[in-house]
Amino acid sequence: MSNHAEIGERLASVKHVVLVLSGKGGVGKSSCTVQLALSLVNQGHRVGVLDIDLCGPSIPRMLGVENYQIHQASSGWVPAYVDSDKQLSCMSIAFLLPSKDSSVVWRGPKKNAMIKLFLSDVYWGELDYLLIDTPPGTSDEHLAVVEYLQEWNPDGAVIITTPQAVALADVKKEINFCEKVGLPILGLVENMSGFVCPHCAECTNVFSTGGGEGLAKHLDISFLGRAPIDPNLVMLLEQEDKTLVPNVNDSEAAKEKTASIVETYQRCELSSIFSGIAKQLEETLGESATT
Amino acid sequence: MPDTIVTGGEIPDNANEHCPGPESEDAGKADGCAGCPNQEICASQASGPDPDLPIIAERLSFVKHKILVLSGKGGVGKSTFTSQLAFALATDSSTEVGVVDVDVCGPSIPKIMGCEREQVHPAGVGWSPVFVQDNLGVMSIAFMLPDEESAVIWRGPKKNGMIKQFLRDVDWSSTADNGTLDYLLFDTPPGTSDEHLSVVQLLRESGITGAVIVTTPQEVALQDVRKEIDFCHKAKVPIIGVVENMSGFVCPGCKGESKIFYPTTGGAQKMCKDLGIPLLGSIPLDPSIGRACDFGSSFLDTCPESPAAKAYLDIITKIKQIVEP
Repeated sequence: MSNHAEIGERLASVKHVVLVLSGKGGVGKSSCTVQLALSLVNQGHRVGVLDIDLCGPSIPRMLGVENYQIHQASSGWVPAYVDSDKQLSCMSIAFLLPSKDSSVVWRGPKKNAMIKLFLSDVYWGELDYLLIDTPPGTSDEHLAVVEYLQEWNPDGAVIITTPQAVALADVKKEINFCEKVGLPILGLVENMSGFVCPHCAECTNVFSTGGGEGLAKHLDISFLGRAPIDPNLVMLLEQEDKTLVPNVNDSEAAKEKTASIVETYQRCELSSIFSGIAKQLEETLGESATT
Repeated sequence: MPDTIVTGGEIPDNANEHCPGPESEDAGKADGCAGCPNQEICASQASGPDPDLPIIAERLSFVKHKILVLSGKGGVGKSTFTSQLAFALATDSSTEVGVVDVDVCGPSIPKIMGCEREQVHPAGVGWSPVFVQDNLGVMSIAFMLPDEESAVIWRGPKKNGMIKQFLRDVDWSSTADNGTLDYLLFDTPPGTSDEHLSVVQLLRESGITGAVIVTTPQEVALQDVRKEIDFCHKAKVPIIGVVENMSGFVCPGCKGESKIFYPTTGGAQKMCKDLGIPLLGSIPLDPSIGRACDFGSSFLDTCPESPAAKAYLDIITKIKQIVEP
């Protein structure tokens, strides 16, 4: 039980703990976690992102910190800081792997131990939000994180889905999981909802549309918003230099430079949608933006 | 730190000096195990050789080709690809095909193959798979759940038990008309964890033909896929090749081509070249594919003129050529 007390100590300086869940893989949990984090930072908050997807840790690459050399201070493991003001930090197993191609082939008990370590040994300092990115499914990692956090009353979960029925089927299970373990659902985001062709501006519903909103309504869950596919966002999450503003439809244009990914993201069209999502989340949690 | 995969009785490279062997009664519990990176895994597994392995080998002895469809990354189209591969193989009525859906938490195969509301029933010689066509049978945990909204919140050991039951207790002989099941395809969840270890370990005696690895073009996906390839090497699973899915988008309106998932690091082509693995082909994004999956129909039947259909068929032909030279 002593490790749980350590978790409590770490979380004492964290105002809100929010899990980002799906059930379905590839719907954009990590990219939505990153966008939510960037939006909250832009609104003046101090945010940490904990990546507990041990088999496929995507967050470091998305935030541009994949070359971070992890180290310990006397206060614990130091997370990677994304911006020079240290408003956005990140911890992931990716920082512990000998090479980024190394697979983590662990059964449940070992994964649980790693998650416990992340929760008890990382020095986050004062945070307004700790966002926890999870792998798809309803298994060991999800049970572990809920079990370790339960004593400290996490605020709840944001559920990500894409619109089509195959995704919604898995997401219903994730919602059922939240109900079974007593994790409040803060809202649902419908991601990859439509793609606007850069040639003719016609919107094609590549993965259908409206399914997420329909599900939220049907299950009486707060619908936080709908985000279309934005190739500029994909490019931002992919490119190594996060200070270059992506413009995939005009490769000849001079690339605008910014100070950090926090600023670059504000140039992406999706930032206005996620700004709204972040504000809704804050209202639900009884907070308001500091800017 | 990441462990060596324990797939057989052999001593792993990173084991302690006096390792009793992962299948010994003392595995994980002997004095010599203290401090070994594999200790917890050995101690949590039942000791001794698994008596079900020969039973599984017997059950699957008439299966010609066992193919795993893997990724590492979620949402790249493993289930979609597995189902279309199954439909395509089964268009030849003399080819007998089975699909095992080992994604216990998110079993998509029944929905995609149009057999969502079915239930399985035990027959005299084992469970009977659900038949989508006379020569195409499917097994998934979805058939055993009371309702489609119930979460399967199982830790590793229970998932492993279910997968073992699929392999040990399903009677595929009813699909195998002429005494042979030509293809048994395994759809897997994303990652490199319990389900993947279990399938590899349980099929150790009966053998795996190989793995088809599905990816999308962007680095965020390739990162996970390289790990999956690393897993295959560690577990000694032969790799048939890589499929790059969602590779470009053709607007149904103006037919203009654009990219959604950018191959910023060279896509699957560069990865395959770097790792010396065959690239089986690339499939473009076509909204009709998603629609076909939502409605449980074969995309290749409903949209044969789509460039994606041609891409699928080319890849499937290549797989058949590699697997049956």
